[in-house]
Amino acid sequence: MSANLALIAVVGILVAAGVTLVLERSLTRILIGFVLIGNGLNALFLVVSGPAGAAPILGITDEPMSDPLPQAMALTAIVILLGTTAFGLALAYRAWQLTGTDDVQDDLEDDLIRRRAERDLASATFDDGDDTQLPDEAYEGSDQ
Amino acid sequence: MIDTLLNQLVLAPVILPLLGTGLCLAFGRLAAAQRLISIIILSLSVAAAATLLFRADKYGPQSFNVGGWPADIGISLVADRFSALLLLTSSIVTLCVLMYSIGQGIVEFGRDTPLSVFYPTFLVLNAGVSNAFLSADLFNLFVGFEVLLASSFVLITLGGTEARVRSGTIYIVISLVSSALFLISVAAVYAATGTVNFAQLAQRIPELNPDVALLLQLLLLVTFSVKAAVFPLSAWLPDSYPTAPAPVTAVFAGLLTKVGVYAILRTQTLLFPGDQAKTLLLWAAILTMVIGILGAIAQSDIKRVLSFTLVSHIGFMLFGIAIGSELAIAGAIFYIVHHITVQTTLFLVAGLVEFRSGTTNLDLLGGLARHAPLLALMFFVPAMNLAGIPPFSGFLAKLAILQGGAADGTPLAFAAVVAAIATSLLTLYAMAKIWNRAFWQPLGEYEADTPVPLAPESAGGSLYGGSGVSTMTQRETSWTEASEDARLPLRMALPTVALGAVMLSLTLLAGPMFQLCERAAVELSDPTSYIQAVLGNA
Repeated sequence: MSANLALIAVVGILVAAGVTLVLERSLTRILIGFVLIGNGLNALFLVVSGPAGAAPILGITDEPMSDPLPQAMALTAIVILLGTTAFGLALAYRAWQLTGTDDVQDDLEDDLIRRRAERDLASATFDDGDDTQLPDEAYEGSDQ
Repeated sequence: MIDTLLNQLVLAPVILPLLGTGLCLAFGRLAAAQRLISIIILSLSVAAAATLLFRADKYGPQSFNVGGWPADIGISLVADRFSALLLLTSSIVTLCVLMYSIGQGIVEFGRDTPLSVFYPTFLVLNAGVSNAFLSADLFNLFVGFEVLLASSFVLITLGGTEARVRSGTIYIVISLVSSALFLISVAAVYAATGTVNFAQLAQRIPELNPDVALLLQLLLLVTFSVKAAVFPLSAWLPDSYPTAPAPVTAVFAGLLTKVGVYAILRTQTLLFPGDQAKTLLLWAAILTMVIGILGAIAQSDIKRVLSFTLVSHIGFMLFGIAIGSELAIAGAIFYIVHHITVQTTLFLVAGLVEFRSGTTNLDLLGGLARHAPLLALMFFVPAMNLAGIPPFSGFLAKLAILQGGAADGTPLAFAAVVAAIATSLLTLYAMAKIWNRAFWQPLGEYEADTPVPLAPESAGGSLYGGSGVSTMTQRETSWTEASEDARLPLRMALPTVALGAVMLSLTLLAGPMFQLCERAAVELSDPTSYIQAVLGNA
C-alpha cells in the first residue's frame, strides 16, 4: 500500500498540536485540543483507506473506487466528537459559572492525604489511641 | 417464525433500552410513566439476556447481522456464553440499581431541571454496555464504548454541583484520551488487515508480520486498560467516581470498568492468542492489585476506599487473563461476574449509609451496628465476599485464578499468586477498617464543627442539592431526626438486598456457575465456533 505522505504529515501536526493543548489546565483549551486530535484522526482514516478513487457508488464508473468503510467510520467519529465537544463546552461553562474559571481543580481528598504524608501525620483513621490532634489539624487550611 | 424471532433476540438488549429512551423522553414530564417504562424495558432486557444465555449455552454462539448486511462489511452482533453471561449479569445489576434510584425518589425533578434526564440516560448507558458486550467488530465496540461514555458523562455530572463538575471534568478528559487511542487502534488495525470484524481479524492477524501484530495488540491493550483502570492508567477512577450520586457510582463501579476487562479478555483470546503480552500483563496485574489496595488503606471515606478496592481487584481479572489457561480464564470470568455484583452491592450500601447518616466519611461515622443492625449486615456480607473469605464466591473465584497461576509455574506467576494473596488480606484489612470505624466504634469521638471536605450530598442524600460541606452539628441534628423516624426506606433497602441475594446465589450455585464459566472459557480458547457464527451466515 502506498501512503499519502502529505496526509500523514497533516495527521502528525494536528495530533501533536492537539496533545499540547490537552496538557493545559483550562477545559476550553483541552476541548480545542481534542477537536484537533479528532480531525487529525479523521485524516488518519483517509490515509488508512488507501489511494483515493472514484465515488464508491456501484454502476457509475468502471474506475477503481475509494474504500467506503473508513469513510463511514470517520463520519461516525465526527458525529461522536461533535456531541462530546458540545457537552464539554457546556461543562466548561458550568465550571466557569461556579468557580469563575474553567481550570481543572485538584482533588481535595488527594491533597489532604498528601499533606498528611508531608507532615508525617498518621491517617485520621489510624487508631493510635491518641485523638488529640486529629482531625482538626489535618484539615486545617484546606477548606478552600 | 419463532425461530426467526429468536435469532433476532441478540438485537433486543441493544434496541430495547434505546426504544425505552425515546419513550422516556416522549413522556418527559410524567415521572410515573418514565419509571414504569424503565422498569418494563430493563425487565425485558433481563429476560432477553437470560434466553440468550440459555440458547448460547445449548446451541452455540447466537449471531445477527444488523440490516441484513454481510458480516464483513456490516455490523454483526454475537452472543457466545461469555457475552451472554456478562449481559445477563449487567442487566440484573442495572435493574436493581434502577429500583434503588427509584426508591431514593429524588431523581426526577430537582431544582432547575426542566426535563428529567436520569431515566433516559440510564437506559442509554444500558444500551451502550449491551452493545459493547455483543459487538462482533472493533468499530461497533468503539461505538458501544462511546454510547456508554456519553451517557456516563451526563450521569456523573448530574445536578452540576461544583464537586461533580470537577470530578466529571477529569473523567471526561480521560475518556476522550482513551477514545482517541481507540480510534488510532481501529485505524491501525484496518490499515494492517483491511477489516474490523473480529472473526476475520482472528483469521488474518496470525498472517501478519509478528511485530505489526504486537503493535496492534499493545495499542488495543493500552486503550482498554484506560477503560478498565489498570495501573498505571487507573489514577482517574478514585478521583471521579465517589462524588456522583450513589446509584450512579454503583452502576459505574459494577459495569464500566468490566466492559474494559471484557474487551481485553475478548481481544486477547480471540485476536491475539498466545503469550506475547503475558509478562507485561502479569506485571500490570501485580502492580494493579498491590498499589490499588495500598491506596484503599490510606483513604478515610467509604466510597473512596471502595473505589480503590475496585481498581485493585481489576488486577485479579487481569491475572487470570494473563495466565490464559482454560482454568484461569474460567476463574477470571467467574471473578468478573462475582465482582460486578459485589462491588455494586457495596456501593449501594455506601449510599444507604450516606442516606442514614449524611456522610460516608469514616472520621464522622460510628455506632451504625447498634443503630442500624440490618444495614451493618448488608455491609458485612458483601465486604467479606469482596475480601474472599470462604465460603463466598469471591473465595472460589480467587481460588480458581490462583490455581491457574500456580499451575503455570513460572516465577512471575508465583509472584502474582503471592501478590494476590497479600491483596486479599489487605482487602480484608480495608473492609475491617470500614467496619470498625463506621459500624462498631461508638459515635462522636471528635469535636463538633469540623469541616468535612468531601460530602457532596446533604443529609437527605439529595441528588441535586448539597452544599459540599457538612458539619458535625448539622449531622447530629440529622442523626437525632433519623433515629426517630428512622429506618432505612424499604424502597432503597429492598433492591440492595435483592442484589445481595443475587450475589449470594453465586455462592450457592457456584458449582453450575463455575461449570458454565469453564464451558465459556473452552469456547473462548477455541474461536472456531465464534468465527463460524459470525461468518457462517454471511
